[in-house]
Amino acid sequence: MRGASRSKNTQDLDKRVCMTNCPTLIVTVGLPARGKTYISKKLTRYLNWIDVPTKEFNVGQYRRECVKIYKSFEFFQPDNEEGLKIRKQCALAALNDVRQFLTDEGGQVAVFDATNTTRERRETIIRFAEQNGFKVFFVESVCEDPDVIAENIVQVKLGSPDYIHCNTEEAVADFMKRIKCYENSYQPLDEELDRDLSFIKIIDVGRRYLVNRVQDHIQSRIVYYLMNIHITPRSIYLCRHGESDLNIKGRIGGDSGLSARGKEFAKALRQFIQSQNIRDLKVWTSQMKRTIQTAEALGVPYEQWKALNEIDAGVCEELMYEEIQQRYPQEFALRDQDKYRYRYPKGESYEDLVQRLEPVIMELERQENVLVICHQAVMRCLLAYFLDKTAEELPYLKCTLHTVLKLTPMAYGCKVESVCLNVDAVNTHRDRPSNVDVSRLPEEALLTVPDHH
Amino acid sequence: QRAGSQNVTVYFIFSFILARGGPHLANPPTVIVMVGLPARGKTYISRKLTRYLNWIGIPTKVFNVGEYRREAVKHYSAYDFFKSDNEDAVKIRQQCALAALRDVKNYLTEEEGQVAVFDATNTTRERRDMILEFGAENGFEIFFIESVCDDPNVIACNILEVKVSCPDYQDCNKTDAMDDFKKRIECYRMNYQPLDPDQYDKNLSFIKVIDVGRRFLVNRIQDHIQSRIVYYLMNIHVQPRSIYLCRHGESQQNMQGRLGGDSGLSTRGRKFAGALAEFVEEQNLKDLKVWTSQMRRSIQTAEALNVPYEQWKALNEIDAGLCEEMTYEDVRERFPEEFALRDQDKYYYRYPSGESYQDLVQRVEPVIMEMERQENVLVICHQAVMRCLLAYFLDKSADEMPYLKCPLHTVLKLTPVAYGCKVESISLNVDAVNTHRDRPERGPSILIRRNSVTPLTSPEPNKKPRMEGLDDPIIREVTPAQLTLCSASHTTLALSTQVSHSYCPYIFTA
Repeated sequence: MRGASRSKNTQDLDKRVCMTNCPTLIVTVGLPARGKTYISKKLTRYLNWIDVPTKEFNVGQYRRECVKIYKSFEFFQPDNEEGLKIRKQCALAALNDVRQFLTDEGGQVAVFDATNTTRERRETIIRFAEQNGFKVFFVESVCEDPDVIAENIVQVKLGSPDYIHCNTEEAVADFMKRIKCYENSYQPLDEELDRDLSFIKIIDVGRRYLVNRVQDHIQSRIVYYLMNIHITPRSIYLCRHGESDLNIKGRIGGDSGLSARGKEFAKALRQFIQSQNIRDLKVWTSQMKRTIQTAEALGVPYEQWKALNEIDAGVCEELMYEEIQQRYPQEFALRDQDKYRYRYPKGESYEDLVQRLEPVIMELERQENVLVICHQAVMRCLLAYFLDKTAEELPYLKCTLHTVLKLTPMAYGCKVESVCLNVDAVNTHRDRPSNVDVSRLPEEALLTVPDHH
Repeated sequence: QRAGSQNVTVYFIFSFILARGGPHLANPPTVIVMVGLPARGKTYISRKLTRYLNWIGIPTKVFNVGEYRREAVKHYSAYDFFKSDNEDAVKIRQQCALAALRDVKNYLTEEEGQVAVFDATNTTRERRDMILEFGAENGFEIFFIESVCDDPNVIACNILEVKVSCPDYQDCNKTDAMDDFKKRIECYRMNYQPLDPDQYDKNLSFIKVIDVGRRFLVNRIQDHIQSRIVYYLMNIHVQPRSIYLCRHGESQQNMQGRLGGDSGLSTRGRKFAGALAEFVEEQNLKDLKVWTSQMRRSIQTAEALNVPYEQWKALNEIDAGLCEEMTYEDVRERFPEEFALRDQDKYYYRYPSGESYQDLVQRVEPVIMEMERQENVLVICHQAVMRCLLAYFLDKSADEMPYLKCPLHTVLKLTPVAYGCKVESISLNVDAVNTHRDRPERGPSILIRRNSVTPLTSPEPNKKPRMEGLDDPIIREVTPAQLTLCSASHTTLALSTQVSHSYCPYIFTA
């Protein structure tokens, strides 16, 4: 996760897998409006979520810093010497920042997001990587479908700072001419000429892939991820089970059934789903009673995933926060100090959860419309992935009972709509108290515990 | 020789008519179709993939047309059999392919198979079109795996490893065999129509593996199982290497006969660690990777090697939950029912608040994938974990897995060879307690199989060509029963997840 330092369990090596000893430079390749930035951002988000410190470097941003006001496509014309000079400087400035991130700032992967359409430019990058001991992996997006390109332009280019003062037609016209500027000098990655490079060529938004010389684990994970994502419009619905009996008593964990209000919520959820009129909705639950009971009320087929089970609170299972403070005050404080990495004795941490949930995320990427009925900690992890939250923020994301979050991928991110289904429930959200010291008084520890019976 | 040719033609026309109205199964089985000239690794891939899919609980079986041919034509004479103008032979080969397809259909519809691997050259469009029709009629997904390789060294190596010793050449010397096989390849090469992603085959789902994995072309992946297959294929390699599996040195808890826990090494355990260090040095390996779990006893063992090593949480020993740190006698006394249950069904049995072997398999899958990517690896782990890993490499089923013998202070050296794995068991001559409990006498299993992953052994190949009945009309499939609320989806098997269904009275597989 971004912002998370290394786990104290490890030696110098990553505790899960050796993600190569040298950092990786991912280089996007492709004409404008081929989804390079979309892929860069999504990949960066995924890698950070699985604890590989990653950062993207978009050369267009550097250019916007340098050339404060964008006038027209003429800047990109191949014979515009001034333009060429500036663009080259921007690329080098970005590479410099890449070097700093990977060598001085503990970065593992840098995504160099630019067109990189000429062999010459790619040679420069390869030399740069060799000098610094970075591995290079190219991700090329090739697409000639005019509908896809038009849609891209509408989704992300029209709203770009470059076109802030233009109307739609002008912007589209200019952008198309911009693409033309690149087309003539475009040298796609070639199976023969570039046979020694490591790359994946994504053709027609994932219809076909050409994968060459995958060098290591991280590259094979990247390829696997890229082959599972798609851009078909769809929505992901996340919610918790209905209020449970243990929820009412203020106890954590356990495997209780729904309370009366929880059952009401299940019915309300059914109505909500029907009103949404969703095509081919898949419904997923955990293997715990409360989510299964919630799904049963929907009257549609659903699947149970063990990986969606709530975080295992180990020795604290079924205790109230007051009891935890009484029996394990030190543990309670330690958890407040680092809620993401803290592992309940004989239980799990949020960090463990993220690892457990990765296959769920991968399958969510493959699917289209999905409703996931899960639990508080689990939902926070999933949400953090979709909304690009850090390890610090993740354990405190608000996931209230009886509220459905509808996530719709949009442009480079995710639109979130929060739909409260108007069935009362207890609040189970515990904010971080101001005093997290082990020497704190019980009152200070219990300050933020939500009300319960 | 039967007058079978007209019947074969009838088959084709008939199947064409039916192609449109094929059944739409909710979770259709998949037929993986291998494509490629001889000696391109098709059978190697078929068998390895089958072993992997079975291990993650997807019933998979290989149907090798060459074996059908060997049944039909008892004695192989020479490469002339494969000449494209040898009419009689062409007929036989056709019939063998059809017989194999019939068995594929039977496996996928009657025997609850999920994936069938149709292992043959399938080098012509005509043959592949026939298979596509077969798939359409029966509602099977078709996924092609083509292996393309023109490196003469690789091919020669393949021929030496697996062809020269095959039944076809049992009466030949190596040179003659090599010679004949090369001419056999030529017979196919003339009519070889590789998959064409740009035109003819652009709507098919396939992966083209080029030069033993240097490059891949992946077209139109349709579902989860295909994406897993592609991921697996991209992680395997054929570099010669060895995998060393051993347990940590004897631990203090071992000496007391206690389960689990996180104790350190005993004196003998430390002696073993020293012996292991010597052993590793003697092996003189290039670039050995050493992996341990995050438990003290395996870490201490690795420390003695004085080389860099990595800790994997996924390699931790099975969590015995409430029974942690008890002796077997304690368990039998305090939890007699649990004790009995475990003996009845050791694979599925989950310790209260702990894990089962089934959980372990899920947990350990990413380690397997990474081991496939690596070359020389030494894994210092634990009894149950080592059994899981071993079951994968040696194609053992869930039933056998919990009883595989993994004694302390013994290293198992696995070397991939031909289509399988050679195992050498090396005892390092340091005494230790025996922690192995044999399978007791038992009655019928009573544990409800809630979870879906059950490693299976790859099934024995069909030998009989079943030439009779080729002229029977194709039987239309009966549409499957209405899905209940908890549906078994084959598509959601993921890296370390279990998909299961409660309230379902039947056993299903992912």
